[in-house]
Parts: sequence; structure tokens; C-alpha cells
Amino acid sequence: MNTPCFHCGLPIPDNGHWSVVINNTTRPMCCPGCQAVAQSIVEFGFTDYYDMRTSFATTATEHELVPPELRLIDKEKNSEDDTEIEEAIYSVQHIRCAACVWLIERRLALLPGVLSAEVNATTERLHIRWKNKSCQASDILITMRAIGYNAFLFNSEQHSEQLERTRKKLFRQLFIAGLAMMQVMMYALPAYLATDVDADMTQLMRWASLLLTLPAVVYSAQPFFRGAWQDIKNRLPGMDVPVALGITAAFSASSMATWRGSGEVYFDSVTMFIFLLLCSRYLELSARRKAASALDKLQYALPASATRMMCFPLTNEMELVAAAQLCVDDVIQIKPGEVVPADCLVLKGESAVDLSLLTGECLPQPKSAGEKIPSGAVNIAQPLVARVTHSVDQSTLSVLIGLINRAGLGKPHLAQWADRVAAWFVGALLIFSIVIFFVWQWIDPIRAWPIAIAVLVVSCPCALSLATPTALAAATNRLLRQGILVVQPHVLETLQRATHIVFDKTGTLTQGQPVLQQLVTLSDLSEADCLGIAAAMEQSSNHPLAQAILNAAAAADTSAVGENWFVDDVQHIVGQGIEARVNGILYRLGTRKFVEPKAPYDPAPSPASEAVSGKESSNESTSVFLASNTNLLASFYITDTVRPEAATVVNHFQQQGKNCILLSGDRQQIAETIANKLNIKTVFGDCLPEDKLAFVQELQKEGAIVAMIGDGINDAAVLRAADVSFAMGSGAALAQTNADCVLLSKQLSSLTEVDTIAAKTLRIIRQNLIWASLYNVLAIPAAALGFINPWLSAIGMSASSVVVVLNALRLR
Amino acid sequence: MEALYLLIPLSVAIVFGAIWLFFRMSDSGQFDDLESPAWRILQDDDKPNDSTELHQ
Repeated sequence: MNTPCFHCGLPIPDNGHWSVVINNTTRPMCCPGCQAVAQSIVEFGFTDYYDMRTSFATTATEHELVPPELRLIDKEKNSEDDTEIEEAIYSVQHIRCAACVWLIERRLALLPGVLSAEVNATTERLHIRWKNKSCQASDILITMRAIGYNAFLFNSEQHSEQLERTRKKLFRQLFIAGLAMMQVMMYALPAYLATDVDADMTQLMRWASLLLTLPAVVYSAQPFFRGAWQDIKNRLPGMDVPVALGITAAFSASSMATWRGSGEVYFDSVTMFIFLLLCSRYLELSARRKAASALDKLQYALPASATRMMCFPLTNEMELVAAAQLCVDDVIQIKPGEVVPADCLVLKGESAVDLSLLTGECLPQPKSAGEKIPSGAVNIAQPLVARVTHSVDQSTLSVLIGLINRAGLGKPHLAQWADRVAAWFVGALLIFSIVIFFVWQWIDPIRAWPIAIAVLVVSCPCALSLATPTALAAATNRLLRQGILVVQPHVLETLQRATHIVFDKTGTLTQGQPVLQQLVTLSDLSEADCLGIAAAMEQSSNHPLAQAILNAAAAADTSAVGENWFVDDVQHIVGQGIEARVNGILYRLGTRKFVEPKAPYDPAPSPASEAVSGKESSNESTSVFLASNTNLLASFYITDTVRPEAATVVNHFQQQGKNCILLSGDRQQIAETIANKLNIKTVFGDCLPEDKLAFVQELQKEGAIVAMIGDGINDAAVLRAADVSFAMGSGAALAQTNADCVLLSKQLSSLTEVDTIAAKTLRIIRQNLIWASLYNVLAIPAAALGFINPWLSAIGMSASSVVVVLNALRLR
Repeated sequence: MEALYLLIPLSVAIVFGAIWLFFRMSDSGQFDDLESPAWRILQDDDKPNDSTELHQ
């Protein structure tokens, strides 16, 4: 390839002839879209963009277009009033680097009527104010498109926005707590160090500390009080209860002491405790925000509009419609750079699509006429004309978003268990500190308060309440990024405990796509000739079996196709085969019934044809016969091949001591062949869905924990019965999925990925629990015996919670 | 030491002043985006204004 496109960095197609003069140098462009965008950038004098940028722009769409519903937001022009000012926030896609921010802001500022335009690079949002009279919302969007960015009106009801607000509030609370802590420490330090501070001075400092602790307790500690109140209402005391009690007790005791002018004060401990705990909360929230981002990316991807071709193929007339208005059988055009709005079947054109959003697969997939594209795929290379097969809300991406939303609702057993244990822990702790208080009242009444507070504060149930959910959320998010959708929350823990891994065969261990396995010649004609004739006949066919033969021919010898064989009079007989004249001789290719009348079958079958007729009876493999007018020439044995990664996956689970089992609806012999290849010991063929179900239930009765991997729809019953189930997911079939986890990438190796991450997650949760147990076992008795004062216990507890949260975040 | 009787109340007042200032800054969105301002400073003409048209 020659030099890449100067605008987007993609290779330039061989017949490309687009270019733009930038700073007196002619720069090549890969498509008219990039050319238009670059031209627009140059025209407005923003060539600096190309000097400043640190990464290429995204490939531009060919035409400017404004989704029709965005036209609707254009308000009626108010002819009287020129001063009315509009304000809006847009989500901007494709921001790559600082230069993008610069370019957008500068270009929009040139629009008449725009007062200010600011881009937030972190949230990828554009905040813009403009005068209603001289500018319309659609003008802004058209301008954005012209320089290569897509903008959508920002929807503030989205989940992420709420998290963002919470984060902002938490940041403010953290700041106040930090400020209060530093200042209170300043007053506390002299009291610790100096010996000759007079009483009046001490009293003044105490009052100052009290004043400064007030905002920390009233404002910054709100999350703890609110959490504690929630816990008490739910009768499930979590870590917030002792925290809130500790803060209240320490603060009121110190205030009393200040008021009375005698006794100990713990303002420094209170502020430090609040600040350090808020730090770990802030960390946890940032992790959750990252987790929500994967979901948001999916939601933003749904395009708002589509280009409908009204009278395809008669004319190429197009109209813009809202994506939601698309009906099944509408014909749409998908331009390069656009997101496919609904599941559709390609009618015309050849292109590559990017499925990374749906499957995590980063390489573009080639697509041509007759192939399906799911919604959410991004068309990369050439325009495609396609027929809609599912309306938008039933298309892959919408279904996927629904599924993910549902997935977020449940709470894993592990987290439920952690909540319950935490409740017990906290309950016991409260009773224990009361007991300790009275015991010390009897030993040394002055020390009773500080020790009871120290016990409350030092205990750390955070490994249960805080770190376990964080670890699980981080793991789920990481899997989603890799195209693995965890629908049921218990998947990670159950897969780890599973004793038996049951595989389905077709589409799971095998490709689910037919491949020519064996060619048996039944006459004098050579194998290569048979293959050549068959391939020549099938050339115009899209049937999967035809593809198998064509692929085999192409692999064997490319010259066999097309050149040596002259084909005419091709006739497709649906469901039976093809009849065609090749080099003047009439051949038939298809089922045995279809070819037989022309060629009476040998009454005394040879061993080869015996094998052939045996194989024909199986429903997984298919035999295709080639016959001339007089003779049966060859039989093509077409079957499904084993996935290349299957052996590794099976091996992975076997090494962990799990039993791998193959259940197949296929004939025992075929199932055994596959199992032998993969080194699976237990094989059951000829299984009806009921048999599979009975088998799994039998295993479960014997105490086994069964993980089942199937293709999702055919195995619905058995997938539901298994303790944990995985489906190879695709398309709108996702909606009917009964599996606990969907492997969107359709790669069997995803399964090992799930297993690895599950192992890691559980290991981290276990580490956290061990750490927390050790810490609590040492710290609580020490505090009860009076070895730890309140400020030390505040540090201990906060440090412990930061440790567990950081440990959980390693999963990201 | 008598100075402390003035300095301590003063410090409390300053902290509350700082809190008030921080809230105002936070409300005006100063902490919303901690990334792009750092980029913007490195670019010429960082403010969108009409004078850019004059350069051409």
C-alpha cells in the first residue's frame, strides 16, 4: 500500500483519487468523506489542526446529514426577539486528542450567533450557547458533521449522568473533609507536643476545632449517615452503622468535653476518619463509573436516523427517516462510517464492518451481498444497500442493551452472603462495644468512652460491604469489554465450583459452518475434475453447501475454478440442487434423489458408496452428489469442522480436574470422532433435548455442579437446568437466550477467559477476606484492651478499607 | 502568645472563607474537566474569538 489517508490514517484504495491541498502540499485522502472534511477544515483556516493533532481523525461520512428528529428540536424562529439565548449540551463522538477540542471550539465560534462553545474532553461533551435568531440547533450539528464529528443531544436521564453528579458531590465532601482535617490537626498538634500551653489557649483551640469539625460532620459525613439510616431501615446493618455511630459518639463526647472545659477531645480523629473513608468511597465510585461506561458506549451507538431507499432497486431515491420508523423489509443505505441502525441483510455492495462494540473483536469483518449484519456494527469501507430484517427495538443492539440492563439488577450469592455476614459482624460489634464500655466503666470510668469509640471505629467490615461488590463489578465490566456478557450475577462463582463441564457439539465445539470433509469419486473422473466441475456449477450459488465446495476448490487449486470449465444453462432447483451444462455436458449436483433418475445407482454398492450412503443418513453431515447424464461421478461429504480453539479450552478445564462431557444430538459415531480429537472421555451421542436434560439432572442428583455450554436456542431447556450455562450468542436470537452468560464474540476461547477472570476475582475476594479477618482479629481486642486510641484506630480502619478497595480494583 | 488569641479565630475565618470559595468554584464547573484545560494551554489562540477571521 502507498501512503495512508492524511486525514484518518486509513490505507488509500488503489483507485483512490481524492486529495486536498493543505499548507501548499497536496495530501492524499482515502474517500470523498475525508476529502470534504479536510476541505472544510482548510477553508476555514484551521490547518493548524493537522500540526497539533496527536492521532488521526475518524473516517468521515460522505454526506452531511442531520437526523430528522434533531430537525424537530429547531424551535420556531422568534421574529421579534433577537436576544433569546439557547443553551444545550451535546455528546460528541470521535474526540481523539486535544486538537479535536481546539478544532470544534474554533469552528463553532465562527458560526453566526454562537456565543460560546466549550468541549469537555473528559466527558466528551459540548456545551454551547447561541442566539436563537441567527442560528439553529441543526446548523450546529451540520457544522460538526462538516468537520467530521457526530453530536447527539445529551440525554441527562442516563445512568452515567447520575453517577457523575454523585461523584461531583463526593468530591466536594472529600475536599471539605480534607480541609477540615488539616486545620484541626494544626490545633491538635500543639496539644500533643507542647507541655506549657495554658488552659485558656487550650480551650480556644478546642472551640476552633469544634467549629471546623462541624462542616466535616454535617456535610462530608452525610454518605455514612444516609447509608447507616438505610441499613437500619432494611434491618441489615452494614459497615456504615459502626462508622456513623463512631463519628457521632466521638463528636458528641468531644463537644461535651469542650463545653464543660474538661476531658478528652477527638476532633482530629473524627475529621481524619471522615476524610480517609471518603477517599476509599471516591475510589470505589470511580470504579463504578468506569463500569457504567461500557454500557453507555452501547447506548450512544444506537443511531437516530437511517437512509431509506424508497423504490430500490428501481431508483436510487433516498429519504432520511428516524431509525425508529424503520420497518421490516425496508431497504436502507449504510454509508461508510455509519452505524447499522437495525439488523439487516446485505443486498448490494461489499464492505467491511467493525463489530468491536458487540463482540469485542477488533478486526473488521468482510461482508458482502447475502450476509447479515447486526445493528451496532459500524460500516467501514464502502456503502452498502441492505434490507431490514428486524425492527430497531428487536435488533441485536437494543436486545443487548435490554439484557445488560437486566443483568445489572441481580446480586450475586457471594455479595448477598457478604451482606449477611457483615450484618452479623456489625451486630456483634455493637454489642461488644457496649459490653466493653461497661467493663471499662467499672475498671477506669475516664477511659470508657475513648475505648468504646476506638472499638467501634477500628473494626473494618469493609472487605465484606465495600470490596466484594467492587471486585465483582470490576470483573463483570472487564468481561463485557471482551465481548462476554454476564447475565446472571452468579456466573463467576458457580463456574469456579463446577465439577462437570458439558459441551454441546454443533456450533459450540464445531464451527457450525459446513466444510468439505471428504470427496469420494464413484467413476473414472479424477477428484480434481469432479471438484472443478462442481465448483464451476456452484459459482453463482449462495447456499452454505455451495460455499463449502467453492472454498474447498479454491483451497485445492484456484485454476480449477472458472477457467477450464465453461458453464451455461444453469438452473437452480430449490431444495434439490443445480443442473448445468459444463463444457457441453449436462451435469446435476445435489441430493441423491435429485441426481439419481439420470444415473441409476449401482445395485451392488462398492465399499465407498456404502460409506457414503451411511453418512447421508446423519442430519449433521450432508452428502452432495455429482452426476452426469449416465453416471454417478462423485459424492461430496460436507460436515462441520472442530473449532481450532476447542482443544485448548477442553484441555484448560481438564487440567483443573473438571470432567468434560460431550452431549450431542448427532450420531454416536460422529460425536465420538470429535470427542477423540479433543480428548474428551465421556461422550453421549443420539441425545434428544429431553435426554440431555435428564442426563444433566442425573449428574446434579449425584452432587455434581454442572456448567453447560450450548448454542443458546436449541438447548434452552438443558441450559436452564444446568447450574451455570453459557451460550454462543449472536443476533436477535439473544432475546430468547436462557443462558447465564453469553459469549458475544462466538469464540469458545472466551470460556477460558471467563474462567481465568472468575478465578482471579474469587482469589482477590478471598485475599480481602483473609486480610480483613486478620486485621479485625488483631485490632478489635487491642482496642478493647485500651492499647489503641481513637486517632490510631481511625487510621487503621481507613487504611484497611483503602487496601481492600485497591486490591479489588486490580481486576480492571 | 497573646497573638494566638487573634490568629486562631482568624484561621477559622480563613478556612470558612476557603470553603465558601471552593463551593463557588465547584459550582462554576472548574473541577468538571481536569483534562482539556491542560491541553488548551499548549495551543495558540486557545479562546474562540472572531479575530481568527482576520488572519486569513
